[in-house]
Amino acid sequence: MNRTVRLLKRRLVGSIPVLLIVVIGSFLLLEAAPGDAVDAYVASVGGDAGMIEALRQSWGLDASPMTRLVAYLWALLHLDLGHSVAFSRPVLDVVLERLPNTLFLMGAATALSFALGTALGIIAGARPGSARDRFLSIGSLALYAVPGFWLALVLTIVFSVELRWLPLSGMETIASGKTGLARALDIAWHMVLPVTSLGLIYFALYLRMMRAGMAEVWRMDFTLAARARGIPRRRIVMSHVARNALLPLVTMLGLQSAQMLGGSVVIESVFSVPGLGRLAQEAVGSRDTPLLIGIILVSAVLVIVINLLVDIAYAALDPRVGASEASA
Amino acid sequence: MNLGRLFRSPEAVAGFAILGLLAAMALAAPLLFPGDPLAIAGQPLLRPFQDWALPLGTDRLGRDVLAGLFHGARTSLAVGLAAAAASILVGSIVGTVAGFAGGLVDEVLMRITDAFQTVPGFLLSLALVSVVGPSLAVVVVAIALSAWTGPARIARAEVLSIRERDFVASARVIGMNPVEIAFREVLPNALPPVLALSSVIVAAAILTEAALSFLGLGDPNRVTWGGMIAEGRAVLRSAPYLSVIPGIALVLAVLGVYLAGEGVVESSAAREGQA
Repeated sequence: MNRTVRLLKRRLVGSIPVLLIVVIGSFLLLEAAPGDAVDAYVASVGGDAGMIEALRQSWGLDASPMTRLVAYLWALLHLDLGHSVAFSRPVLDVVLERLPNTLFLMGAATALSFALGTALGIIAGARPGSARDRFLSIGSLALYAVPGFWLALVLTIVFSVELRWLPLSGMETIASGKTGLARALDIAWHMVLPVTSLGLIYFALYLRMMRAGMAEVWRMDFTLAARARGIPRRRIVMSHVARNALLPLVTMLGLQSAQMLGGSVVIESVFSVPGLGRLAQEAVGSRDTPLLIGIILVSAVLVIVINLLVDIAYAALDPRVGASEASA
Repeated sequence: MNLGRLFRSPEAVAGFAILGLLAAMALAAPLLFPGDPLAIAGQPLLRPFQDWALPLGTDRLGRDVLAGLFHGARTSLAVGLAAAAASILVGSIVGTVAGFAGGLVDEVLMRITDAFQTVPGFLLSLALVSVVGPSLAVVVVAIALSAWTGPARIARAEVLSIRERDFVASARVIGMNPVEIAFREVLPNALPPVLALSSVIVAAAILTEAALSFLGLGDPNRVTWGGMIAEGRAVLRSAPYLSVIPGIALVLAVLGVYLAGEGVVESSAAREGQA
């Protein structure tokens, strides 16, 4: 356990400068946007010229950029992400309200793409170069070439408009009065298409990585030894080849998280899922830059946290990880 | 590059055929459809294959879908190639400087790279376009901003191994300027693995451009496939073809880039394996 704690500490310290750069970048974007925080506040709350002047002074917006950057950092340290014009509420409140829906969508889509990608990757990698392998590799590449929003629309046309099997959009039936299990089932029902769209696009990555990893393991001596001992091919595939190729896919889970957050913007917009991505689109639509920047900051923190969790999981799965950190 | 080996793989042939077709479409667009593709060409919501003057029909406002498809190919290819070129250029320069200079410069540049990789790329592009305003140049910059980190990391890793080689040492001995060594001796040798990534970057750039214009953040004065799909969404029930047709074009374009890129990488890898 000591090893994991050490790894965790190193990663946490390492993420501080990264986060600082993200914050400075956000500050620059905010500065570049037309209008400042007072304009935003007054636009949503109201006030006259005298009040605007007073607010500018009390919020320190008439100070030099450097002073303002420090003030911005200070505010962020107190979890103050500014004021949303469109919602007339603190940015953090709006973002945190939407975050669980996105986490749910991402989690389910990741599980789907990981399971599907690994399973099909094992089938493809069981006999590299076979017809089955070629078909799966090309097929997954074709799916990877499909834009997420378009796949979502096509699935909607087929399953909601033509077949009427699944709901068109939304997170749950509006004003259905459902509670408990019935409501959970209703939400699950609504999330089938969004999760499938998001998961199908990214599963190709896991498939290809699994396949490539297995092709590599097949060339190793211990696989040859297992074959020489007459172990059935099925068992070699599962417990020798696939098992060793699986570990790098765990790292991919973390690396993929940023991309999936980006992908959820369009998917949530298509299906009107009230999550972070749809919020970003709403922020763009209402020119609400503080809200948009707030979403970026929260996503960056989220990506860092997910990668940290993946690192911990990886260290737990692979005893070699972090073993060298003691001497480093 | 061995062209014979390249064209022995059916996937590579398919990839280059698709890309060739797209390039022809993009180049022929102003000749075949000289008018403004955003102008009204006939009655609205004409279905495909009804009128041979408008073979793919018209959209909600009566605009020619086929003309949009051709002009959209221009935008997609132009943005995809420009954004990929910009990200590879910036990425390889940053990677070379970081790897060659080492020390504090390396540390700072790599933390900046980390920061860019921490923010979801699409959100970053979205934010930039929304703050600066949509135009073709801004879209290119916004996509490049989220895509330069991959090339930077690969270039840096290559430079780290190249800078220890003998020819770099001899360049130092004859008193060559370090900046000159970095960009004339080291960078060209670090490029091949970066360029091997270019098909993935072009494909991602085309997809990002499409997603941005789907959300209404493309250049409003140009036809884009993403914008056409968004247009068709309003009449998804009655005229699904309006969203489906430009989507198929997008999938083919991205698939073509992937297949061609994979073919090139595989054929050059096979040649190296033989040598």
